[in-house]
Amino acid sequence: MSMRKLAWPGRIEDGRRVLKYVDALSEAVALEMARDKNVFLFGLDVDDHKAIQGSTRGLLDRFGPERVFTTPLSEDAMTGVAIGAAMAGMRPIHVHIRMDFLMLCMNQLVNIAAKARYMYGGQIKVPLVVRTIIGKSWGQGAQHSQGLHSMFMHVPGLKVCAPSNAHDAKGALIAAIRDDNPVVFVEHRLLYATEAFVAEAPFVVAPGRARVCRFGRDVTIVGISNMVVEALRAADLLKEAGVSAEVIDPIWLAPLDSDTIVESVRRTRKLVIVDNGWSMCGAGAEIAARVAEACAGEGPLQIQRLGFAPTPCPPSPPLEAAFYPNPATIAAAAYKLARPDAQAWAPDAAKAELAYQLQFKGPF
Amino acid sequence: MQAKAKSAPKEPDATLRLYRSLRRIRRVEEEIARLYPSDKIKSPVHLSIGQEGIAVGVCDALEARDAVSGTYRGHATYLAKGGSLNAMMAELYGKDTGCARGKGGSMHLIDMRAKVLGTSAVVGTTVPVAVGYALAQKRLKTGAVVACFLGDGATEEGCFAESLNFAALHKLPVVFVCENNGFAIHEPLSKRWATDRLCARVATYGIPAKRFADSDTVAIRKHIEKALPKMRKGGGPIFIECLTWRWREHVGPGEDYDAGFRSKAMLAKWQKKDPVAKAAKALSAKQRAAIDAEIEAEIAAAIVFAEASPFPAIEELGTDVYA
Ligand SMILES: Cc1ncc(C[n+]2csc(CCOP(=O)(O)OP(=O)(O)O)c2C)c(N)n1
Repeated sequence: MSMRKLAWPGRIEDGRRVLKYVDALSEAVALEMARDKNVFLFGLDVDDHKAIQGSTRGLLDRFGPERVFTTPLSEDAMTGVAIGAAMAGMRPIHVHIRMDFLMLCMNQLVNIAAKARYMYGGQIKVPLVVRTIIGKSWGQGAQHSQGLHSMFMHVPGLKVCAPSNAHDAKGALIAAIRDDNPVVFVEHRLLYATEAFVAEAPFVVAPGRARVCRFGRDVTIVGISNMVVEALRAADLLKEAGVSAEVIDPIWLAPLDSDTIVESVRRTRKLVIVDNGWSMCGAGAEIAARVAEACAGEGPLQIQRLGFAPTPCPPSPPLEAAFYPNPATIAAAAYKLARPDAQAWAPDAAKAELAYQLQFKGPF
Repeated sequence: MQAKAKSAPKEPDATLRLYRSLRRIRRVEEEIARLYPSDKIKSPVHLSIGQEGIAVGVCDALEARDAVSGTYRGHATYLAKGGSLNAMMAELYGKDTGCARGKGGSMHLIDMRAKVLGTSAVVGTTVPVAVGYALAQKRLKTGAVVACFLGDGATEEGCFAESLNFAALHKLPVVFVCENNGFAIHEPLSKRWATDRLCARVATYGIPAKRFADSDTVAIRKHIEKALPKMRKGGGPIFIECLTWRWREHVGPGEDYDAGFRSKAMLAKWQKKDPVAKAAKALSAKQRAAIDAEIEAEIAAAIVFAEASPFPAIEELGTDVYA
């Protein structure tokens, strides 16, 4: 199969191809399935007509039902099945339409996948990718809008990735499929329609390398998953207020490239971490701790964590709006760190809607 | 991994072979129990003394290319499938030469050369993993089957039902082997199952299921051997339930009859069906003596090997967390 046939069309801008996040995901899988016959994709509903929000579209036609197949409603056992197949030399990609269902896989992921190589003295490896989507919006409610990545970051032996754009989604998914370890690959539904320049040929966005998305002098903002998008919009608002913000996307949460973040904070001395999850024991806590440890004794630091309100996610629009960080709350927090002596500042509310509210067309 | 594992050629005489395997497992575990109070083995041991006939009956029917998946009560499974005794002993001692290089312990025995897929301390977790391994065998067209050992307690876990359904649906080459010793730690079946019709439950998934009331090694062996050719050709899984008795306590080297939850009379009843003694009857005294002597020498050597082996270097703490 030629690479062209495996590539998704997208559209051309400035002579380069622009692709949606959702298509970047299926393109990555198609390229890897063509490259390695041991790669297969399975999960509840991967082959139905909606194709996991479109992210597995085209794969059944290209690779057939032996390599692209649905499962019974058995998340726990199916994770074990993926692990067993991986132990036998295959490279399964197990897909979940919602991250919430990973709670049913926790036993296998934490007790088996993460530990197998270690507790068997290096005799086996578990090259498994678990694709999982964070929901949110349109009143998805408490059980369909959770970012649970920090639970997996906690466990040695697992890798965790949460790409924020189509380019990284493709490269990181290819890297995850080629990785010899279990990788929890966290996608965000609201990113699916977003576009980026994406090369047609396969490429990898390797584990453990963060990206500086925007350079700045006054304050460092780290965004996680779709909060990178909101952080970039906050940076625009801050620019209008005369504050120069550096925005960093870790891309991979485990292994975590804290060096890039530390290097930035050494210059700015100010750090805002915006998580798409709860702050308590969250990714932001880990990043803050690493920065504090690395910069100990080097002078004052200011660190602020933003994340979900410490409640389950409510579906009612005004409550839901208050639940998430948004460009305005991010910009206000960053401004306060950058200009401690100035009066409190809040950006124009009209400019501060969440990115998806400007762009997203429902329903789910 | 698709290549056939190399292992010693099987002794052609089945009666000698079965006795040797049964007696060897029994004596290894008795030696572990004897050594245990010395505290040199710092790993919780779940002995299978009394239950050996099942692992031996099943594994003797398998070929080198076939795999087994066991439980934390897995010494018998590991040895019956051809796992290295030296490596097992060293593992119990936490030594670098252990089958998991001191990172597994008694509950996590593995030997990929002998196709022992490893065991888990979390009840039921290995069942879907074994099914996934079988899925890969089918896809890779190796013709190999996987024997998946589990306890009666494991059948109560959700993933057991999930795994049976998937294995039946995809016609996967799995022999599910339930070692039903009537207890989960100290809880009897009567407090855990509404009916004891396990095989009937399993059969509703479309899986042929058979109960062995006294876990006769030869009968189990014959049943598995007969089922294998069809399974290798895509016939789908089978299930056997083997009633048995764990002679010792749940975990540790001792007995637990004084605790009052099960009677010595039941032990006596099952000891009359001792699989090792039964296999011994088929042999002459001279044949037995020769085999026994070999086994004692091998065990003694394994203990010397384990004791003489070095502990892992401290740097090993951080290796193999990731591949
Ligand atoms: C998921 C899980 N729940 C509880 C336990 C505690 N536990 C350890 S062994 C055991 C009994 C299991 O009985 P069974 O499956 O019949 O195996 P046996 O010990 O009789 O060989 C239990 C409940 C565990 N290890 N894992």
